[in-house]
Amino acid sequence: MPTAIEIRDVSKRFRLYHQQFTSLKERVLHGGRVPYEDFWALKDIAFEVDEGVTFGLLGHNGSGKSTLLKSIAGIIQPTRGEIVTRGRVAALLELGAGFQPEMSGRENIYLNASLLGMSRSYVDSRFDDIVGFAELESFIDNQVKYYSSGMYVRLGFAVAVHMDPDILIVDEVLAVGDELFQRKCLERVKQFQREGRTIVVVTHSPDMVRQVCSRAAVLDHGKLVGLGTPAEAVRSFREHLLRREAYADASELGSLISLADDGSRNGEATNGAVDSAPAEKPEMVAYHGKRETGLKITYTRFEYAHSDERDYAISGESLRIVVGYHADRSYDDVLPGYTVYDQEGRFLFGANTKLFPADIKVEPGDGEFVFEIDSLPLLDGDYPVTVGLLTHDEYTVYDWHEQQYTLSVMSEGMVTGLLAVPTRISMRPRQTGPEALRVRGI
Amino acid sequence: MAGMSGTIATPEFPQDGFPSRLGDRPLRVVSPRINLRQRVRQIWQYRELLLGMTRKELRVQYKDSVLGFLWSMLNPATNLLVYFVVFQIILRNGIPHYAIYLMSGVLVWNFFSSSVSGACGSLVANSHIIKKVAFPREIPALAQVGSAMMQMGFQSIVLVIFLAAFRTAPAVDFVILLIPALVALITLATSLGLLFAALNVKMRDMQHLLGVALSVWFWATPIVYPFRQIRDRIQFYPSHFKWLLDLYRMNPVTPIVLSFQRAIYGVTSPKGASGQPIHILPDHAGLWWYSWQLLAVIGFAVALGVFALGVFGRREGSFAEEL
Repeated sequence: MPTAIEIRDVSKRFRLYHQQFTSLKERVLHGGRVPYEDFWALKDIAFEVDEGVTFGLLGHNGSGKSTLLKSIAGIIQPTRGEIVTRGRVAALLELGAGFQPEMSGRENIYLNASLLGMSRSYVDSRFDDIVGFAELESFIDNQVKYYSSGMYVRLGFAVAVHMDPDILIVDEVLAVGDELFQRKCLERVKQFQREGRTIVVVTHSPDMVRQVCSRAAVLDHGKLVGLGTPAEAVRSFREHLLRREAYADASELGSLISLADDGSRNGEATNGAVDSAPAEKPEMVAYHGKRETGLKITYTRFEYAHSDERDYAISGESLRIVVGYHADRSYDDVLPGYTVYDQEGRFLFGANTKLFPADIKVEPGDGEFVFEIDSLPLLDGDYPVTVGLLTHDEYTVYDWHEQQYTLSVMSEGMVTGLLAVPTRISMRPRQTGPEALRVRGI
Repeated sequence: MAGMSGTIATPEFPQDGFPSRLGDRPLRVVSPRINLRQRVRQIWQYRELLLGMTRKELRVQYKDSVLGFLWSMLNPATNLLVYFVVFQIILRNGIPHYAIYLMSGVLVWNFFSSSVSGACGSLVANSHIIKKVAFPREIPALAQVGSAMMQMGFQSIVLVIFLAAFRTAPAVDFVILLIPALVALITLATSLGLLFAALNVKMRDMQHLLGVALSVWFWATPIVYPFRQIRDRIQFYPSHFKWLLDLYRMNPVTPIVLSFQRAIYGVTSPKGASGQPIHILPDHAGLWWYSWQLLAVIGFAVALGVFALGVFGRREGSFAEEL
């Protein structure tokens, strides 16, 4: 399969001037020398993206992922190295960038399209599709300044996706427009995937990577620190995120201890990252940094009624998740937990012993942790399960099996959707008269 | 951003079932440097954008104004009127058909100054798209030159009306000069505009500097006064001012303005009201004299343009960050 994007030892340097001297006077006063620091936003990044792959670029704020994305799009040029892309590249960094408020929607379509490199005749042939997709048929000759922000964005998206890109570059800012239009956009992205187009998505949300991408790279401080399947990438992302958060200054043990001592502070300490990735918040284990190898998960088993004769659990019945471990020595702070995801990688639910009054102690040897669910609230499907063992402060990971298990569920009920909510359905005659009024609460 | 073309011999079919779409697609290389030819080809590929942006500049400039496009004529017309009143009526320079003389120079100057100063601020004005979309960064600057050209076209219509009203004819032998003069003018304005556009991203006072320079430059060009008023007096100036005159003679806009005046105003030493000839343009300069001067200007402008594109290329990698 041909390579769609080749990134060859790309580095990007930014000059950080201690003061922004943008005027000649200031430059002259400083003898032409403005104190600056070199900041390498990207350092020797090299990887390839195969055709047809939906590729995630994962990283925290300031990791260089946006710089790389802009370099692939050709908006900025790397200081060293080069990027080779094959085919037409469309970058959705900002929808409707370059719209002229004074001009009509029709004129803006042509102007925006030529900005993206499309010819006038090509736009002519797609014009009705673009307008139809944007749902702006009756407003297309109005000035864009009278458009609502939703209409604006819809038009921008419509132009961008109709330029028939071979490579689509998407920034996560795409969560725009009303829900219906968002679904339409996602649908279009999926159609692009089916058509074998290459898509690069920049995000700091691991969920997004799990849901949409087939491969991902992780950037940290301008370096490529992970490259592989979404699960591998997410794991590497978490490790580096925590290292950044908690071990920013690893020599200062004091600050580390104060972080570890205070459970509530711990939550705050990771808040910066949590805010930027809202979906992460309820998750059992947000991040982990240090590995301790003396305590291992030896197996994970799902136990349910008749689990010896069938390999699926039944909705609404009880389920036990049994996690076996082996300890080389005794540990006095162990936090076992599990997390269940749906097929698209969305975090569904999970539990751990974080709120236990006392830390869990483990003696040397083998043992099991058992999580019991009385009534399994899942419908038909296969659900990836993550299990892990770590310390109470979540900074030391003993062992971690990211989505290594699959829980199969069969549902016998008539409920549809995501959750198995047992519902009784009955019928009764409609009540009239004073009785009915009372029921309505009048 | 260069559109290098490369092919892969046989498109392969991936296992997932969709045919490869990229097999024969052109390669694009994003690298720190691209050469001059690639640069020019890119601009050519985006010519429709250039047209669109030029149209936009004209539209946006006079948006929501009742008189709209008329303003683009009213403004220079007022200037002309002021010069006319000051030099012809108050200072009595005695130049016959002074309005025509003025207009043929002002036409050149308006184009020159509005395209250079427009181009200078164009990247800053379009920073929102430069940060978000990849396209040749020269385009906004070139669009300013384009819109200045359109305005020049409209102003020359007014000039033609004036010619008809005064019943004066342009010098037929010299009208051909307008072509090389226009080439020189457009090349010079484009080169200078690109240079200032690139520099202005980092040093914003380029546009202020340019404003000052342009107003001096205007008076250093024989537009409101006749060329010979300076040339014929050179010998009488004290020698320690010679360098100023040398500088004056190096003004690349002067040959362009002179060519326009020679072709449109038509006469070199018309008789004034008193019957004495008033020396305006060189008497014995033929087509060749003008052509050589224009050729020199074109040569200078092309060299400047190559230099400007070089500066542009060196700087454009960081436009998106500095804007």
